[in-house]
Amino acid sequence: MRRIRAAAVGAVTLSLVLAAAACGGGSSGSEGSNEQPRTLTYWATNQGANLEVDKKVLQPELDKFEKETGIEVKLEVVPWGDLLNRILTATTSGQGPDVLNIGNTWSASLQSSGALLPWDAKNFEAIGGKDRFVDSALGSTGVQGQDPAAVPLYSMAYALYYNKKMFADAGIQKPPATWAEMAETGKKLSKNGTWGLGAEGSNLSNNIHQVFVLGKQHNADFFTPDGKADFTSDGAVAAVKQYVDLMAKDKIIAPGNAEYAQNQSLSDFAKDKTAMVLWQTASATFKAQGMSEDEWGVAPAPVQSGRPGPGAAANSMVAGINMAVFKNTKNIDGAKKFVKFMTSDEEQVILNKAYGSIPPVKTAQQDPAFNTPALAVLRETLATSAAALPQVPEESQFETVVGTAVKELFAEAAAGRPVTTESVRAKLEKAQQQMPKK
Amino acid sequence: MTLTAAPETGERTARKNSPGGARGPRRSGRLRRVGLPYLLLLPALILELLVHLVPMVIGIVVSFKELTQFYVRDWGTAPWAGFDNYSLAIDVNAPVGEALLRSFATTCLFTLSSVGLCWLLGTAAAIFMQETFRGRGLLRTVFLVPYALPVYAAVITWAFMFQRDNGLVNHVLHDQLGLTDTPPFWLIGENSFVTLLVVSVWKGWPFAFLIMMAGLQNIPREIYEAAALDGAGVWQQVRRITLPSLRPVNQVLVLVLFLWTFNDFNTPFVLFGKAAPEAADLISLHIYQSSFQTWNFGAGSAMSVLLLLFLLVVTGAYLLLTSRGRKATDA
Repeated sequence: MRRIRAAAVGAVTLSLVLAAAACGGGSSGSEGSNEQPRTLTYWATNQGANLEVDKKVLQPELDKFEKETGIEVKLEVVPWGDLLNRILTATTSGQGPDVLNIGNTWSASLQSSGALLPWDAKNFEAIGGKDRFVDSALGSTGVQGQDPAAVPLYSMAYALYYNKKMFADAGIQKPPATWAEMAETGKKLSKNGTWGLGAEGSNLSNNIHQVFVLGKQHNADFFTPDGKADFTSDGAVAAVKQYVDLMAKDKIIAPGNAEYAQNQSLSDFAKDKTAMVLWQTASATFKAQGMSEDEWGVAPAPVQSGRPGPGAAANSMVAGINMAVFKNTKNIDGAKKFVKFMTSDEEQVILNKAYGSIPPVKTAQQDPAFNTPALAVLRETLATSAAALPQVPEESQFETVVGTAVKELFAEAAAGRPVTTESVRAKLEKAQQQMPKK
Repeated sequence: MTLTAAPETGERTARKNSPGGARGPRRSGRLRRVGLPYLLLLPALILELLVHLVPMVIGIVVSFKELTQFYVRDWGTAPWAGFDNYSLAIDVNAPVGEALLRSFATTCLFTLSSVGLCWLLGTAAAIFMQETFRGRGLLRTVFLVPYALPVYAAVITWAFMFQRDNGLVNHVLHDQLGLTDTPPFWLIGENSFVTLLVVSVWKGWPFAFLIMMAGLQNIPREIYEAAALDGAGVWQQVRRITLPSLRPVNQVLVLVLFLWTFNDFNTPFVLFGKAAPEAADLISLHIYQSSFQTWNFGAGSAMSVLLLLFLLVVTGAYLLLTSRGRKATDA
């Protein structure tokens, strides 16, 4: 009996030790090694119409890289819904990819976890220098004053896309440039089952992008300069209300859009059910929906008055994808080589052309491919009137709680309940209380 | 263990020849009898420890830590938080605790409704299927389909059907039957509770049906025949024979359904995404959002531990009550 008990105790202890060792978390402090110099694992974001499109775009380039350097890159395209969780799990376990794409708005949040390789002067040197990149893109790579957590890969901006046929049918000459014109134009288009504007009311990130820009237009930032959540300022409340009012008051967004989260508004646009959408680099998706390029037009997104510009005349966030190196990589030199390859002029032109985005690399931007009318609007917006989302560690929490507040307000508007300044403020107050205490 | 057994046999033969050896064989025999079950349980025990207990213990440890995004990379360095995470979770006057309490209440209501309906549908169907009729086998198979389908595929289909503008549900209710003035929303707002309940019952009742059918097979037909001879009607047969005979089966079934439904994560997650509407904010999804979406794993773990304690208490009380009830009937 005693022996059996001893054996049982032994087995229990052993398994506990094994489990503890297995769950011990990632190794800390190390700045990568070169133990596996022949391979790299790469997590790409979903930029094309679907994951297969991305594989088709990227694989030939990865083959090219293998030919040049002898390093094999194992590609996985991670859907947006999973990416942040996957990165978080990789960070916790220390078992992650070597190189990965991140949404540029997450840069500061991921930077604070310490999982990504900081791009100091030496590391930037290895990929050709920091000044190859445009400033607006560099402004969305981490907390100001710290070494960037990632380097810009694709740049995007919001613009107003309009359905030319629906505009012609309603006798509208030009796309709206201000929100007042937007309401007026939208009302002309919202009749007989068609609607003026589309929205993705249940997509938290998209909600954030829209109300952030409107916040800028109301001189609100959602965070104080020292990084505290500030969701209930008059400007922030006005911004959220103005966005939801497009459905609640102006009634130019179909109530059904309140439950959209899978780009259904783009299908509605392609099916001539919705005349306008505020979107970032939608051209590739429209093409996949079977629209030809002359069926839609692009204009700068609306402002409160006047023309788009810096500050309160901002009409887009600095949208884009950054490329980061996982600190735990076992092929640090190879990872840097790969980032250098992907940000080289040649690859930048190929990839951004394929995805309909703008290269964040100055020299690549000069390529005539990025001079089409559609891309010129995006490039102009990025250069003059795009603002970076708050570069604070709590950015991803902000997306969740404020994005959810906007989703709930859309649900109320869709159900026909009034959306008032008070109800908006109450929702934002609740959101702010959910933020971690500082 | 085989190594330790060999010297023991040697010892036994040696003892047999010694004068005081009479006690020896009996003791080691008992040892083997008592030890064998433990020995056989050992592999299961080790796996159980690895798969269930160790993560649970780590979860409990984490609930006492301030594990936020700043420490996820090396969570040993996260500072101890004492009971801070717990006081955050149970302070019902603050927004986090209030939301947790509301989510808990929603989950309780949802679980009661779902388990009740699953049980009722499953039992009723199982009793009707006892009669032999043409197409019984086919019907049985059809009834079990929801249980056999992969959860994700099935729930995604439901999510499409519940879409407001293009969904099948509104097409039937609004367009064809004209039951509503405007097409209602099913995936946002208050109706989402009904949506969740429908999908949950659809998914859960075949299990109740299956278990009940198995239970019914064990009731001897003679009892029914005797009851029929004595003049008992169908309803009386169900009440006096079927249900009492199914008692032990019911006991397990209700407990399992309760635990599954209470902890269900997949259904609300696939239906509503990361931010469920308040009316359908089940506790598992709520905890997921509190930890993964806001990257506060300490608070999320504290909520999980509270949930675990609640389920332990409920399960313990249930088993105690039902076993006492059974003893009373046995006596």
